[in-house]
Amino acid sequence: MELFKLVAARNIPDAVKAQAAANTAQNGADIRFIAGGTNLIDYMKLNVERPKQLIDINGLSLDRIEKTQDGGLRIGALARNADVAHDPIVKEQYPVLSLALLSGASPQLRNMATTAGNLLQKTRCVYYRDTATACNKREPGSGCSAIGGYNRMLAILGTSEHCIATNPSDQNVALTALEAVIHIQGTKGQRAVPIAEFYLVPGTTPERETVLEPGDLITHVTLAKLPTGAKSTYLKLRDRASYEFALASAAIVMKQEGGKIDFIRIAMGGVGTKPWRATEAEAALRGKSATAENFRDAAEIVLRDATPQSQNGFKIELAKRCLVHAMSQASQAA
Amino acid sequence: MQEITESKIIGVSTPRVDGPLKVSGIAKYASDHHFPGLLYAWPVCATIANGTVTNLNLSEAEKMSGVVAIYHRANIGPLYRVPPATGFSLILDEKRPPLEDDVVRYYGQYVAVVVAQTVEQARAAAESVRVTYSRQKPDVSEKLLGSPLTTEKPDQKSKRGDAASALQSAQVKVDEIYTIPVETHNPIELHASVAVYDGQKYTLYETSQAVVNHRDVLAQMLGVPTEQVQVITRFLGSGFGGKLWPWPQSILAAACSRNLERPVKLVVSRQMMFQSVGHRPAIDQRIQLAATPDGKLTAVGQDYVNHTSILDDYDEGCGEITPFIYSTPNLLVTGGLARRNVGNPTAMRGPGAVPGLYALESAMDELAIALKMDPVALRLKNEPEVDESLEIPFSSRHMKECLTVGAEKFGWSSRTPEIGSIKQDGVTLGWGVAACSWLAARTETEATVELRQDGSARVACGTQDIGGGTYTVLAQVVSHETGIPVNKIEVVLGDSALPPGPISGGSWVTASVTPSVLEAAQNATKSVLLAAVKSDGSPFKDKKPDDLEFIDGTIRLKGQSASTVPMSEILRIARVKSVSGSGKSQGTFGEAKPKYSFHSYGAQFVEITWQPEIARLRVSRVVTVIDAGRIINPAPARNQIEGAVVMGVGMAMFEETMYDPRSGAPINNNLADYVMAVNADSPKIDVTFLDYPDYKLNALGVRGVGEIGLAGIAAAITNAVYHATGVRVRNLPIRIEDLLAPKSLSVA
Ligand SMILES: Cc1cc2nc3c(=O)[nH]c(=O)nc-3n(C[C@H](O)[C@H](O)[C@H](O)COP(=O)(O)OP(=O)(O)OC[C@H]3O[C@@H](n4cnc5c(N)ncnc54)[C@H](O)[C@@H]3O)c2cc1C
Ligand code: SF4
Repeated sequence: MELFKLVAARNIPDAVKAQAAANTAQNGADIRFIAGGTNLIDYMKLNVERPKQLIDINGLSLDRIEKTQDGGLRIGALARNADVAHDPIVKEQYPVLSLALLSGASPQLRNMATTAGNLLQKTRCVYYRDTATACNKREPGSGCSAIGGYNRMLAILGTSEHCIATNPSDQNVALTALEAVIHIQGTKGQRAVPIAEFYLVPGTTPERETVLEPGDLITHVTLAKLPTGAKSTYLKLRDRASYEFALASAAIVMKQEGGKIDFIRIAMGGVGTKPWRATEAEAALRGKSATAENFRDAAEIVLRDATPQSQNGFKIELAKRCLVHAMSQASQAA
Repeated sequence: MQEITESKIIGVSTPRVDGPLKVSGIAKYASDHHFPGLLYAWPVCATIANGTVTNLNLSEAEKMSGVVAIYHRANIGPLYRVPPATGFSLILDEKRPPLEDDVVRYYGQYVAVVVAQTVEQARAAAESVRVTYSRQKPDVSEKLLGSPLTTEKPDQKSKRGDAASALQSAQVKVDEIYTIPVETHNPIELHASVAVYDGQKYTLYETSQAVVNHRDVLAQMLGVPTEQVQVITRFLGSGFGGKLWPWPQSILAAACSRNLERPVKLVVSRQMMFQSVGHRPAIDQRIQLAATPDGKLTAVGQDYVNHTSILDDYDEGCGEITPFIYSTPNLLVTGGLARRNVGNPTAMRGPGAVPGLYALESAMDELAIALKMDPVALRLKNEPEVDESLEIPFSSRHMKECLTVGAEKFGWSSRTPEIGSIKQDGVTLGWGVAACSWLAARTETEATVELRQDGSARVACGTQDIGGGTYTVLAQVVSHETGIPVNKIEVVLGDSALPPGPISGGSWVTASVTPSVLEAAQNATKSVLLAAVKSDGSPFKDKKPDDLEFIDGTIRLKGQSASTVPMSEILRIARVKSVSGSGKSQGTFGEAKPKYSFHSYGAQFVEITWQPEIARLRVSRVVTVIDAGRIINPAPARNQIEGAVVMGVGMAMFEETMYDPRSGAPINNNLADYVMAVNADSPKIDVTFLDYPDYKLNALGVRGVGEIGLAGIAAAITNAVYHATGVRVRNLPIRIEDLLAPKSLSVA
């Protein structure tokens, strides 16, 4: 870890202004916000993140979870993962989000981790965290050690020859299925970015992971009201029973009408370089009945373009099974 | 040896005497020690696995705040090797003193060490040292059987009859290869050393499972007499074998303290734990079994190769159990070592037996299937009368009872052998069994017991409590002999200045210390009787010690309860604060011609659940029956078995240290990427001790329970997995990818 300056932001404009002086808002930022610190500090200890300045935003009152006028939900950027997971409205109307959060990390971590911090958590690629190795995300142009190395945990969708790192979050998969909107206060004012447009696939610039620019502070996330009767669920598959990132996970929101699926959202975790939305499969399922065959056909569509690496080819079948099982759970939910 | 059959305290669950200290945070572990002027050391670790250091650029690091010194080959000062020795003395796995030359032979090898005012400063400066290497391609290749060995031919470990011809003519045969990856010990307490050199003497606070050996090794390596080194390990946050022998960080900390004449603390990071403090080696084993159609073994063959480091030979000894566990006229066990660019391996809980039994007990299951025979029945059928490898009787062996009691408790009789044939609540169950064994032994031990005027006692022995409950066991043994309650007995362990005690390894601490502690306690009571007959004012003055007896902390004329006087009263009259007695017992370990085959036995029954629709495998239930002699303290003994079972779940299903083939780095070097069993993976565990005292080993009939619980678990799990899925996993750990096979997925 290197020496850094820690300042507490007194208000939102202060925070925005202080971070606007950063060289970038992406990997290698020299000024960073710190929320729960459960991700950032780990990487600082490993010298992967070397900010010269940290802006503590915990004093900004951004931790509320409240209903919006149109029946949706507004979740503050600093709302702790545990508080969101146990929020009565979340449990009642967006169980997929509660389940996703509770499947992640440990109770202690969830007590610290925040909504925005989770949105921006880094990949768990072992080479990203090891400064002795080549990694395009950490050091653009140095190469990708994971290709041809240890890549069992890494992505099969949205990869490029420059980076195959997974977005490891559970929360973000649920938020993707819920079509969350991310509200950002930047130097030029407020803007609202749908989550589908928030993350970038690595392409030739894996160091750029989101649309954030220097000065951009996430203030809150909003969720629209789901159609009446919609059911949602989250299924996470991994080696051990708890406290591990997903090998494959699925967030499903589904509503049936007259025996047919008339509303469906599908997102996957553990397999994509960003939280993976499967719109084509959704379209294929709309108007169909909730049968195992139809689910399997949809799963085939999701994984059609998967690019396996030396160790993670098994994720293709695992992801399909994860999807089929999650969809059948959602279709049977009372 | 007089057998002790009755006791008010031996065999009674007794709360750990050190429990309150641990839960209140008072117990001081090695790295908890602080001294005025303490400095912090942080090693610089090589980021190559094979090559030479050509330059160390210290200019940036030297200028950093708080840096006191940076040591490397040229300025660390003299460090010596230990001379070759036999028996349990002067043992260390990595024999090269740190920084001895510029050659790097494994990833993470220390190439320098920074000493600074704070640990953060030391780490930051260490990370700023620029090391230039001339690199060579490291060899961390996985395949071991068939690759070049350290010897021309594999070593013959045990032989009887003619296994080769018996295998050739066998009617039913199994011939398979089983592999185990590197596993890293990963106790929660990191290896740590706090070295205090005062210009004369080294006091070393260490994470050691063997303080006496640690002292002797460090004295040799520092080049000073043993009296000038004292090693202290009062509490250990476990070790699993990884803390048996000194590792380079301990020597570095002592050398830094010597050079600076200041106390120095060096705590190994979690990442370094994967590099330079040992691991269980990768092992390939070929097992060949031959049997008659009715299931009688006619030949057993085992050929293992384990990896070892470039400079040192670590032999896993996978043939430990094979020669005596079953009856067979023909047997051949061979072993070999293959060099890799890895840190030196070391013993991990149940070394030899645990990997060996994984392979052998998997093969026994495969044989049972080939024979269409029940796997419990196959094992019962091959029960030996005597230890056929040494042709000596077993001291006390109840393997058959382990199997039959376990089968009964588990409900084995309702098992249908067809794959995937047992269902419950919509999931498929798999049931597997494995037998297990672990050696029993005593090693030479000395102890002292002091009886005090205030009615309390003190027992001291230079062994360690690594978390298993040795403090409490010693208190129980002294209480048994003297009648003094456990809460009035002070137990002092973990200091090389104490009478030399056993290493905390081999599961033999309890068996080794109890005889010498009993003798010491008896001698201490004799001293009280002597005081009673010699002291003016004593009611027993001028009697003969033989006329008296010591019962429950009191002295009386033999058989005359009316004459009873408390021990404290006698000592008060004698005006002595305390009397003491010492005891010394001999070892059995390594005897050239033992009279008995001393071992513990057990049977492991495992249930797994399999959900093919989501490729989910979990261990749901384990029944384990253990024949480990008399159990002195049942509650912590059960803890040992339960903990070992959970470790076995990790071994079977999760744990694997991966080496990057290009850099040779253990790449999943943290507790998120090195997956081990967590609470949610712990099955329901039912532990039964048969509790047959083994009086041929010692007067109390105790053996030990630290390791046997892990033996056999991995095989019982893979056997259960086969039963549920039809997939035989012969390369641990079992992975989801192994089970995403058409066979296992089609189990409906
Ligand atoms: C052992 C372990 C296991 C874990 N397991 C899982 C798991 O199974 N599933 C899972 O999903 N997650 C898991 N996590 C990750 C965990 O969810 C994240 O660490 C956590 O969500 C990060 O939140 P934080 O508030 O602590 O972020 P911080 O560490 O404070 O910040 C992370 C990043 O977000 C930025 N940031 C924070 N707030 C804002 C804001 N308002 N505006 C703009 N930028 C901001 C910071 O600058 C930083 O770059 C695990 C973590 C650990 C340590
Ligand atoms: S996958 Fe991405 S993060 Fe991992 S090494 Fe390659 S470039 Fe770096």
